[in-house]
Amino acid sequence: MSYSALAVVAVVAVLVVDLAVLRTRLVTRRVFWTAYAIVIVFQLLMNGVLTGLDVVTYDPDAIWGPRIAYAPVEDLLFGFALVLLTLASWAAVNRRANTARRRGLDTRTRRSSTR
Amino acid sequence: MEQLTYLALLAGCLVVTAPLEVLLHVRVYARWRRLLVALVPEFVVFVAWVLYAIAAGHWDYSDVRTLGVRLPGGIPVEEVLFFLVVPVCAVLALEAVRTVTGWDAGYPAPDDSAGSIAARNERGADRRAESGQ
Repeated sequence: MSYSALAVVAVVAVLVVDLAVLRTRLVTRRVFWTAYAIVIVFQLLMNGVLTGLDVVTYDPDAIWGPRIAYAPVEDLLFGFALVLLTLASWAAVNRRANTARRRGLDTRTRRSSTR
Repeated sequence: MEQLTYLALLAGCLVVTAPLEVLLHVRVYARWRRLLVALVPEFVVFVAWVLYAIAAGHWDYSDVRTLGVRLPGGIPVEEVLFFLVVPVCAVLALEAVRTVTGWDAGYPAPDDSAGSIAARNERGADRRAESGQ
């Protein structure tokens, strides 16, 4: 598979992990998108240096062609999949650990915020 | 010096995000065991992706701008570090946004963080309200 195809598959797979497997549903939360907006600025900077200085070079046959800040657009999909997989995993690990700990300490539930 | 280009970028990421832990007290490094567990899926999947990409010739790395240390599969040592450093920075960013805004991330804040203190106070206020104080 080309880099382009793999990048698309990765984004779809990670969305499935977030929404259906771990059910962390980060892509439905503004806290995720705000953090991602910050991350993408630094990603473009770092990726721009890595690709602009030819630290990493790409086979033209493996990518679509368009570039943003020197880097192939596929890198944005790659970066999104990396960040979402990491944060969904982090959310799942914390949900498990913090909920278990709280259960031992305090069984009272918070008032529903939807009221 | 050129050989330190990639490594310096990674170090820069850690330096730039360090104030989030030190000044904003997001307690990401403080929960380092949890952090390591959370990184496992990302690390396995993306290192495998890179190994495949190198084998398939999708991309290659400069030997001038890296240390030139290649691990099995031809992956530069910096690239392996990338998949530890960048996700840590992403977690720091998420926790920073959550700490500053108090927005829900779908899991309870740790007991000793600012968000949790706010939640505990809220529970206390609920209890007082229910008991008519």
